[in-house]
Amino acid sequence: MAEKEEDVLLIGAWASPFSRRVEMALKLKGVPYDYSDEDYLVTKSPLLLQLNPIYKKVPVFVHKGKVLLESHLILEYIDQTWTRNPILPQDPYGKAMARFWAKFVDEQVTLIGFRSLVKSEEIDVAIKEAQELITYLEKEITGKMFFGGETIGFLDMVVGSMIPFCLVRGWEGMGIDMIPNEQFPELNRWIEKIKEIEIVRECIPNREKNIEHMMKIVGRIKAASKTA
Amino acid sequence: MGLISDEYVRLLGAWPSPFVLRTRIALNLKRVPYEYLEEEDSLNSESVLNYNPVHKQIPILIHGNKPIRESLNIVMYVDETWLSGPPILPSDPFDRAVARFWDVYIDEHCFTSINGVAVAKDEEERKAAIAKLEMCMALLEETFQECSKGRGFFGGDNIGFIDIGFGSMLGPLKVLEKFTGVKFIHPETTPGLFHWVDRFYSHEAVKPVMPDIEKLVEFARLKKHTTSSLDT
Repeated sequence: MAEKEEDVLLIGAWASPFSRRVEMALKLKGVPYDYSDEDYLVTKSPLLLQLNPIYKKVPVFVHKGKVLLESHLILEYIDQTWTRNPILPQDPYGKAMARFWAKFVDEQVTLIGFRSLVKSEEIDVAIKEAQELITYLEKEITGKMFFGGETIGFLDMVVGSMIPFCLVRGWEGMGIDMIPNEQFPELNRWIEKIKEIEIVRECIPNREKNIEHMMKIVGRIKAASKTA
Repeated sequence: MGLISDEYVRLLGAWPSPFVLRTRIALNLKRVPYEYLEEEDSLNSESVLNYNPVHKQIPILIHGNKPIRESLNIVMYVDETWLSGPPILPSDPFDRAVARFWDVYIDEHCFTSINGVAVAKDEEERKAAIAKLEMCMALLEETFQECSKGRGFFGGDNIGFIDIGFGSMLGPLKVLEKFTGVKFIHPETTPGLFHWVDRFYSHEAVKPVMPDIEKLVEFARLKKHTTSSLDT
């Protein structure tokens, strides 16, 4: 491990939206960090198991020897510790809304839009259900440049890492056009906008590799549901 | 309906819900005056649907006309809005993240284990769920020792985020103890937690709103006959 002023280590995975969003935050704030990649579909490194014995998941964030888990918590820690380019709103209500929608994306949208959808026998129904949820996000972004307002913030990083640069790849692999422009003009506009930002672009996994990776996960989910 | 002041606070809740309890303890701690509205049937309530169309769930805090949803979000909102009362979360960013982590753990593991025992279809499933819950208790005992540092609560000298998050689960836990005969919090295996329970129950912010255990047991019994889970 190299010695850096800030002494930050991120254990992540190239395909994980959870660790990618942490990288976005670190880059936005100009925080230098060491990075260790886990190919978590294959194996878990001893370092990961040592630092995260409970969950054995990425991201694991280490700052001056202190270990933090859970991407949302890591993002807020980063925001409070390195205060330039704030990513959360200052007011408590704005914070509460950002936290609410972040949880909604990571829990409901990934469940209905991906994990359940993959196992569904009525794919059209599953797609409609997922689109109903995504419509909430369409409403949230309407009239705003970014979820964070004039500049990208916490929610842009959460939604960005999860939807366009992760779930969409899975949907592409399955031949599903989940967020067509006619139905989600604002969301698509926002996606084009965030892709223009360099620090976001640096955190987008390679498209082909990502589709392949997501299809592996699809395979696993289907296999698991058959043995259940 | 007249004009609602920006400062007016309402809480939509249900008395058996541990999630609602969290928000009431937080409001009490900060001495925030609020109107409490009992929503017996949240899935069919117009107010609940109006303020939380996404999840259709309580608790919902309505401050002025701003709805805040999800118990931990509400507790944080209360902490960040009413600054004159005792702090619920620590000010140090790392300690904050640790406190929040444990409440995430409590919701994702403890609460689901409590449910797991309640809805277990056979003895094998039940045993597995009980074992999981016992593991959660062991971990929380460790956490209590680390966080309290010899003082009375996870939050130190006063109740904090973890106390509120876990303390609100004591009702469902005690109900489970009655139904299974298993003691999850025990003076020998979890001494820290064991003594913490009484301290938590006696706290002035908790005592007036903690539901009566017998009423909870009765509620759980009724619910078991109609549905098969102890969820909110």
